[in-house]
Amino acid sequence: MATAVADRFYTSTIGKKAVMAVSGCILFLFVVGHLIGNLQIYEGSEKLNRYAVFLRSLPAALWGVRIVLLVMVTLHVWSSVQLALRNLEARPVGYVKKKPTESTYASRTMYWSGPIILAFVIYHLLDFTFGKVNPHFQPGNVYGNVVASFQVIPVSAFYIVAMLLLGLHLYHGLWSMFQSLGFSHPRYTPVLRRAAAVAAILIAAGNISIPVSVLAGIVR
Amino acid sequence: MRLILQVWRQKGPQARGRMVRYDAGDVNPDMSMLELLDVVNEELILKGEEPIAFEHDCREGICGSCGFMINGIAHGPLPATTVCQLSMRHFRDGQELYLEPWRAKAFPVLKDLVVDRRAFDRVISAGGYITVPTGSAPDGNSILIPKEDADRAMDAAACIGCGACVAACPNASAALFTGAKIAHLGLLPQGQPERHERALRMVRQYNREGFGSCTNIGECEAVCPKGIKLEVIARMNRDYIQAIWQRR
Amino acid sequence: MSLPLHSRVPHGPIERLWDQARFEMKLVSPANKRKHTVIVVGSGLAGASAAATLGELGYNVKCFCFQDSPRRAHSIAAQGGINAAKNYHSDGDSVFRLFYDTVKGGDFRSREANVYRLAQISLNIIDQCVAQGVPFAREYGGTLANRSFGGAQVSRTFYARGQTGQQLLLGAYQALERQVDAGRVSMFPRTEMLDLVVVDGHARGIVTRDLVTGRIESHAADAVVLGTGGYGNVYYLSTNAKGSNCTAIWRAYKRGAAFANPCFTQIHPTCIPVSGHYQSKLTLMSESLRNDGRIWVPLQPRDQRPPNQIPESERDYFLERRYPSFGNLVPRDVASRNAKAVCDEGRGVGETGLGVYLDFSDAIQNLGADVIRERYGNLFDMYQRITDENPYQVPMRIYPAIHYTMGGLWVDYYLMSTIPGLFVIGEANFSDHGANRLGASALMQGLSDGYFILPYTVGDYIANNALGKVDASHAEFARSEAAVAGMTKRLLAIQGHHTVDSFHRRLGQIVWEYCGMSRNAPGLETALGEIRALREQYWSDVTVTGSADDLNQSLEKAGRVADFFELAELMCIDALHRNESCGGHFREEYQTPDGEAQRDDDDFSYVAAWEFQGTDQQPLLNKEPLHFEYVHPSQRSYK
Ligand SMILES: Cc1cc2nc3c(=O)[nH]c(=O)nc-3n(C[C@H](O)[C@H](O)[C@H](O)COP(=O)(O)OP(=O)(O)OC[C@H]3O[C@@H](n4cnc5c(N)ncnc54)[C@H](O)[C@@H]3O)c2cc1C
Ligand code: HEM
Ligand code: HEM
Ligand code: SF4
Ligand code: F3S
Ligand code: FES
Repeated sequence: MATAVADRFYTSTIGKKAVMAVSGCILFLFVVGHLIGNLQIYEGSEKLNRYAVFLRSLPAALWGVRIVLLVMVTLHVWSSVQLALRNLEARPVGYVKKKPTESTYASRTMYWSGPIILAFVIYHLLDFTFGKVNPHFQPGNVYGNVVASFQVIPVSAFYIVAMLLLGLHLYHGLWSMFQSLGFSHPRYTPVLRRAAAVAAILIAAGNISIPVSVLAGIVR
Repeated sequence: MRLILQVWRQKGPQARGRMVRYDAGDVNPDMSMLELLDVVNEELILKGEEPIAFEHDCREGICGSCGFMINGIAHGPLPATTVCQLSMRHFRDGQELYLEPWRAKAFPVLKDLVVDRRAFDRVISAGGYITVPTGSAPDGNSILIPKEDADRAMDAAACIGCGACVAACPNASAALFTGAKIAHLGLLPQGQPERHERALRMVRQYNREGFGSCTNIGECEAVCPKGIKLEVIARMNRDYIQAIWQRR
Repeated sequence: MSLPLHSRVPHGPIERLWDQARFEMKLVSPANKRKHTVIVVGSGLAGASAAATLGELGYNVKCFCFQDSPRRAHSIAAQGGINAAKNYHSDGDSVFRLFYDTVKGGDFRSREANVYRLAQISLNIIDQCVAQGVPFAREYGGTLANRSFGGAQVSRTFYARGQTGQQLLLGAYQALERQVDAGRVSMFPRTEMLDLVVVDGHARGIVTRDLVTGRIESHAADAVVLGTGGYGNVYYLSTNAKGSNCTAIWRAYKRGAAFANPCFTQIHPTCIPVSGHYQSKLTLMSESLRNDGRIWVPLQPRDQRPPNQIPESERDYFLERRYPSFGNLVPRDVASRNAKAVCDEGRGVGETGLGVYLDFSDAIQNLGADVIRERYGNLFDMYQRITDENPYQVPMRIYPAIHYTMGGLWVDYYLMSTIPGLFVIGEANFSDHGANRLGASALMQGLSDGYFILPYTVGDYIANNALGKVDASHAEFARSEAAVAGMTKRLLAIQGHHTVDSFHRRLGQIVWEYCGMSRNAPGLETALGEIRALREQYWSDVTVTGSADDLNQSLEKAGRVADFFELAELMCIDALHRNESCGGHFREEYQTPDGEAQRDDDDFSYVAAWEFQGTDQQPLLNKEPLHFEYVHPSQRSYK
């Protein structure tokens, strides 16, 4: 019975959107936590490396988080792909001319920003977690790894672009998820939209500051 | 004034279409967009050519028959205005206008600018009503409805079923249309008993018709001639999610 | 052969007639209803409500409309409101008062029993619509709000912003779609009825054209209901939707249904004036504007000054001057005629000289712009969108336009025409408004017919008539199909030099000129000659492009205009024969010394029901005498 309900839920577009919203929200919480952790880079190598060690000292929690993240990414990506296919199908013949009026650039590019972020995350894991694309990778020396990576200009540039896209993704996603879950209020929704924009900008800026600081030589 | 029209011409549902250029020489700024097409059509008929087919009836922005894209914007550039009420004074002399039909899988083109919107009827048929047999109603004042609720229900009920929301939505989603009816009925006490069932059935039908899903882009709200608000989509989502939840 | 016009009104006290009639009706057993097919042509207030209710009762219903969706029927455009004698305001309203006002407003040319029933049922309509979720305007306390409308002295008009017709129609449409979902109603949108099929004297079906594929099809039934709306578009320019037409009722007329009072047409005083020859329709500005706006023209003919430079002393508030007690709120026919009169004197305003001012400056001064915006904001916006003038600053310009047709197919108390089994409801019948309709009463009539009267009377007819089985293979259907296809072919074959619209426009000018706001015998004679000549030219010189077997809008129009030509002739014949003035029918020869309509109750207190005799034959006049037992005919006075 419960599976039938879940199935019926998921087969509808609204159900898929709810799944995206919830998974997106959890991914967002990770991004915030991760950013706060990463910003310790400004407090020196010791602090950051100690933090990394601390995380590793709690294998259950670490793996718990990893599994949740993996499931969320899978759900988020899987439903976005299904919806994307459906939406492509919904307009088989396009317009000769089409002009957007009031929508934001961010909202119209979710299906671009999302996959690019996915590509980024894969690269990112190869870079810092598995050390496959980073010739100077030293297990345990998180600080050193980050600095080594970001000193390579193309890598930094890619990070910066990805972070901009993440900001864009969240600029729309962070208020959209409320709408998708059915929350809308004439007074609060505009406030929410502004808050979402601020959060997206802060996250993008916080993340971008790291490669920029490395390039500028502030973090060495 | 003079205008250049680029119009989508397509002989029938199966035929291939193309854009065709027409010169509209003697345009009066007070004309409506449809009156301009009337004039162009009169000339075409006298030349023995088939006139441009377009849908229209009331010509005062209420029946929802009319509608096509003008330069990529559903119902043209003037907000809250259907093409039948759009007067030519809003365009520049010599401007080129691209007229295209609504594009969506659920709205197949029948001819030129005319599309088949029966999918909307089927969405309403699936649950967009309150079940009340004729003659069984209590006195109108036996249900008190706060003015504010009545007004909000009216805001949502103002939808004319024109399809511009679908046409403008990058996903060809009918969320605004469907949400408008769910919100209208869901805001009223009379609509409560069937609220969940209605959401389930209407959403199911809307999915079956092949409309896209809503990603909260908001183009629909911008082009809607009746100013239906995105809020109605949230309401639809809420009613639907609640309905699923309660029917475990 | 003249028709027996039995109104079939039961005998008894008027307030009991409808109960009595319902009690006497035979019922169809629930198990058998499914076996009976009822065709409903039209999905307006009348048609949709009838089809929904018949479906709910269990009949097998087929419903037709020419638009792409039943929700677009012209009822959608009604703005002002719907009357009901609820007396929620305790301001002295009652069923009897609504009945009285309607009979008097109709200038004593309607059937008392029908009007009384309408007033009774008005109460149920509001309840039904509220239950369906029609978002009527509410007071802060949550009760239904009312306004006074169209000259009524009580507040009995219910409304949903300026979109009452839309909301009522959507209610009926949703009820209809519910039955579609239940499998009890099959909906045929984009399907136009082109002929009525009569077998052994009973209406047994229709022939239609699928407007997308061009296919001609037959549909058989046990009863046929027409709710196809009014024929105001015979004037070309009107407030009706572009597609509104007379084809369904006209073709039924040609199959033997009597056409009653065709010349009773209503001119609405507050429409936006014509601005150019390309004009395709006229836009109504709600009558409610007259509650706060003051109507005036300059005292001097051909005064070209802009309105704000004309001093108070040089303005003529002609309605207030002539009708001190009703002022700007006189009934539609009176307001319209007076506007025409001042324009005929050369005092009209605007470029064409065909317009009068509707001025809100006093109201704005007294009540403030915000109150006016709250009351009429959307109307002001609409006016500005069309004219590019701001009515908060300059007075609106308005002019009368054709708006409603009181005439239509003759029906008895059971809404059945002179062809057994053919029922006619809504604006398409002639019934309840006499020679002039009061504001907010057409919506009431459409829903009363559709929800509350017709579903009973159709059952009574079916139960009383052992109808043999007839299906679409009957020879009569084949004959009708051939006739319809023949007409289509003929129109396409003419290949002349003028478009359908150009003919329609010319026809409209003739009818408006001679059979519009005021009429006279020589004018009507002229019109008859001109209409006949133009009709002949139409059939030899019109051009219709495209083919018969796909979506062809010119062809659709061509058939409708062909019918308008014939109807226009009948209207003029009717107007010419009615040697009196009453309501919307103003014959210049018959007026009181101060220019009001002069009825002739001795000679014309009847319904003129015309019977078709052949396209070029003079139709036969049948008379249903009218008796007034409850409202004594008097000279209408609004002084
Ligand atoms: C601008 C305007 C404002 C108005 N405001 C008010 C108001 O405030 N209050 C009021 O009481 N009244 C008002 N009226 C009058 C009122 O709206 C109409 O009289 C009423 O709605 C008519 O309803 P109906 O169901 O008879 O016909 P309609 O709503 O006209 O419906 C006709 C139906 O018949 C179908 N049809 C017609 N011919 C064919 C055919 N040959 N084959 C198949 N289908 C066919 C059409 O598709 C349509 O579905 C207004 C009218 C206008 C024009
Ligand atoms: C850290 C990573 C990510 C975060 C925090 C995130 C967050 C979000 C959020 C909050 C939403 C709004 C959901 C809604 O409106 O209900 C969203 C939408 C979306 N996401 Fe992500 N996302 C992430 C990664 C991705 C990836 C990797 C993809 C693609 C492969 C993706 C594709 C999309 C798409 C297409 C949408 C729009 C879908 C819609 O609104 O219907 N996202 N995301
Ligand atoms: C410039 C900004 C960023 C920096 C400096 C950074 C740095 C790091 C580092 C050093 C690690 C390895 C940690 C360890 O192994 O202990 C890591 C892991 C990770 N990062 Fe980032 N990161 C950044 C941005 C992001 C973003 C934007 C995302 C997601 C969208 C992301 C997702 C991840 C994930 C999923 C892991 C793996 C976590 C795990 O091991 O479970 N990172 N990051
Ligand atoms: S929601 Fe707006 S745009 Fe969509 S159908 Fe209704 S009126 Fe048209
Ligand atoms: S534009 Fe489309 S994505 Fe949703 S908000 Fe409107 S339906
Ligand atoms: S024609 Fe009716 S809305 Fe435009």
